[in-house]
Amino acid sequence: MKIMGYIRPDGRVGIRNHIVIIPSSVCASEVAMRIASHVEGAVALPNQHGCCQIGADMELITNTLIGLGKNPNVAAALVVGLGCEGVPTEKVAEEIAKTGKRVEYIIIQDCGGTLKAEEIGTRIARQMAQEAAMLKREEVDISNLILAVECGGSDTTSGLASNPVAGYVSDKLIELGGTSMFSETTEIIGAEHLLAKRAVSREVADKLLEIVRRCEEKAKTMGVDMRGGQPTPGNIEGGISTIEEKSLGCIYKGGTKPVQGVLDYAEPPAGKGLYIMDTPGQDIESITGMTAGGAQVVIFTTGRGTPTGSPIAPVIKITANPDTYKKMEDNIDFNAGTIVEGDETIKEAGERLFNEMIEVCNGKLTKAEVLKHREFGMYKLISTF
Amino acid sequence: MKKLAVVAHPEDNVATAVRNLSKGEEVHVDVDGNEMRVKLLVDIPFGHKFALRDIEADMDVIKYGEVIGRATRPIKTGEHVHVHNIESLRGRGDWEGEKK
Repeated sequence: MKIMGYIRPDGRVGIRNHIVIIPSSVCASEVAMRIASHVEGAVALPNQHGCCQIGADMELITNTLIGLGKNPNVAAALVVGLGCEGVPTEKVAEEIAKTGKRVEYIIIQDCGGTLKAEEIGTRIARQMAQEAAMLKREEVDISNLILAVECGGSDTTSGLASNPVAGYVSDKLIELGGTSMFSETTEIIGAEHLLAKRAVSREVADKLLEIVRRCEEKAKTMGVDMRGGQPTPGNIEGGISTIEEKSLGCIYKGGTKPVQGVLDYAEPPAGKGLYIMDTPGQDIESITGMTAGGAQVVIFTTGRGTPTGSPIAPVIKITANPDTYKKMEDNIDFNAGTIVEGDETIKEAGERLFNEMIEVCNGKLTKAEVLKHREFGMYKLISTF
Repeated sequence: MKKLAVVAHPEDNVATAVRNLSKGEEVHVDVDGNEMRVKLLVDIPFGHKFALRDIEADMDVIKYGEVIGRATRPIKTGEHVHVHNIESLRGRGDWEGEKK
């Protein structure tokens, strides 16, 4: 099966053609946002991080920013540094440039302040946007696609219907030679034994059990019942009683295929098939991790409803709660409420969602894109120093 | 006929309402091809669970054929099953302190 995408210099395929403005740190975020606001097709990744971090925590942010710049949905990248932050601006730009796409960087302190940096950066981004606009979509095989499946604002319809529908799409993409990943380690607690059985090797199973154990241990250090944080108050109001119930419903979004590997946050998958990424259950940080790992499209299931989008990838939102679809139709692309009402099977809705995903890959805008929802947040290991 | 409640797995001892259901209502649920009738003891909101059979205190609550938690008190057939009468067995930082 074919989709229409932008073939990048490294051979990877984008389904969007963004100019991404990447601040190396919180101190460069405002300038990055201002540059993006001046340029058609440019998106910024404003964030609170990038400085006064150490060791693995600093590497995580650096690698995440690099991964986002490398995402094939990005046509060209401008990295904006203040000049004295921990994340090395030049290195971020160099690493992204290994994909062969155009990458530039500017340093606010060297430019002579924010107004000058804004002017210089806007001029670079303006050129990039004009160059990117000349690129044409070409027919490529769907096996180039990496799908990220996310769930958020869950209620009990998520596990019973919308997650199985997303899982159906994930399975079908993998059967066509593609790659799919899901994440949210917290929401595997209580269901890890089922996923471990699907691991392709003992090492993969062990790594999965280990990330879940670490996540649960971290929650326990707070000395409280995690219920109320996970499941969230909204999950509970929607009928989910325990983290186990939430997790058992969540993992349906990963379909039924063997688990090829467990990825660290922002790590790209090494091959095709199904992968699990170690991320928090918080939707925004989870989607950031998966798009930094190369996912070009996101399917996001919700029960309670959520407006979330992404600066890097189109986010297709689906709910199986008929009331939520009615209430939040401005934010939700796909109604699978037909399933709990008995009017449609998982397979029928799954086929419909698969076709929707193909259209989005070919250029159809999701509601989150039209409404310019570009929620962005990165996971962090420890507090800032 | 529109479905009123869903049973995810034949071994489950709870069903999930897919309509707002009322106290006293007799709900027909499909358990792996067999029809089961449960009279509701309380109102069950959309998305919430009710017991398909009596569940004793400390017994496992089963959904998707898996343990989703443990009853903290006896739960009668047709009763609402939620945070007031079941607890999680995972992520219990509050138990860590008690162990010390």
